[in-house]
Amino acid sequence: MRIMVNGVERQAQDATIADLMVSLETPLNGVAVERNRAIVPKSLYKTTYLEDGDEIEIVDIVGGG
Amino acid sequence: MSNSAISERNDPLVIAGRTFKSRLIIGTGKYKTYAENAAAAEAADVDMVTVAIRRVNLGDPSKERLTDFVSPEKYTYLPNTAGCFTAEDAIRTLRLAREAGGWDLVKLEVLADQKTLYPDMEETLRAAKLLISEGFKVMVYCSDDPVYARKLEEAGCVAIMPLGSLIGSGLGIQNPVNIRLIVEQSRVPVIVDAGVGTASDAAIAMELGCDGVLMNTAIAEAKNPILMASAMRHAVLAGREAYLAGRMGKKRYADPSSPLAGLI
Repeated sequence: MRIMVNGVERQAQDATIADLMVSLETPLNGVAVERNRAIVPKSLYKTTYLEDGDEIEIVDIVGGG
Repeated sequence: MSNSAISERNDPLVIAGRTFKSRLIIGTGKYKTYAENAAAAEAADVDMVTVAIRRVNLGDPSKERLTDFVSPEKYTYLPNTAGCFTAEDAIRTLRLAREAGGWDLVKLEVLADQKTLYPDMEETLRAAKLLISEGFKVMVYCSDDPVYARKLEEAGCVAIMPLGSLIGSGLGIQNPVNIRLIVEQSRVPVIVDAGVGTASDAAIAMELGCDGVLMNTAIAEAKNPILMASAMRHAVLAGREAYLAGRMGKKRYADPSSPLAGLI
């Protein structure tokens, strides 16, 4: 399955958002996830299944003015 | 009014029912390290810091994170929409911020072009209305146009944040007359956001009657950011006290301070 994560194409074997976060070693606290422009709440990471062509954005809080 | 110094007096900044003891808000961008940033926040003695929302760095999961240095337990995070040029981009960013950390007190900025980073006021007002309808408490970066400032307040923004001068320019308060007009007409806090270059700029903003000052580059790009953070803390306190004290009238000619009576 090919998906886009933060603008980069990725060959993913992950079934769910939760699996993807583990594969990417992404912290869970203080981040937010979008799947095809819709926010995925943390409570739904384990039940949100990835599909071919999905566009995923994972964002974090960083320094800014 | 009490005669005691402001540091001993209860003079908090209240935004959307939330109380902050410091009237200085600082950004968390452009510092050499997050550790330096944390030390500057300490020296500035602030309660609130602005933060940005960006893609996670997937190539380096061990990268340092802001939250480990400038703790959201200690400081109120004010997520911004820096880099957004449309209302839709700004709303998307702040929805993500709310999901990431539950923050609903936000700094809205919708910019017009890269060269000036001047706010696009038509788009800013549209974004503000949409965000407020979604329950966000919007502190809004805006031009120093009193008419748009009034429209933003009428739309329900919880703080009006006019620029002193362009973001990151350090050119100070370029239009004190307009800032004063905005202060006089506003019933929500007015916070000068952008343009402060050095301590006197912050003091001038406060002497004009602003409720607070927001700055980033003036501290982060000072030769000694920690010392400048301390200077800004004092400048905001001094400017606030001078405003509350009420300055003397300006005169065209000298007025001796020593008595004329009894002169030999």
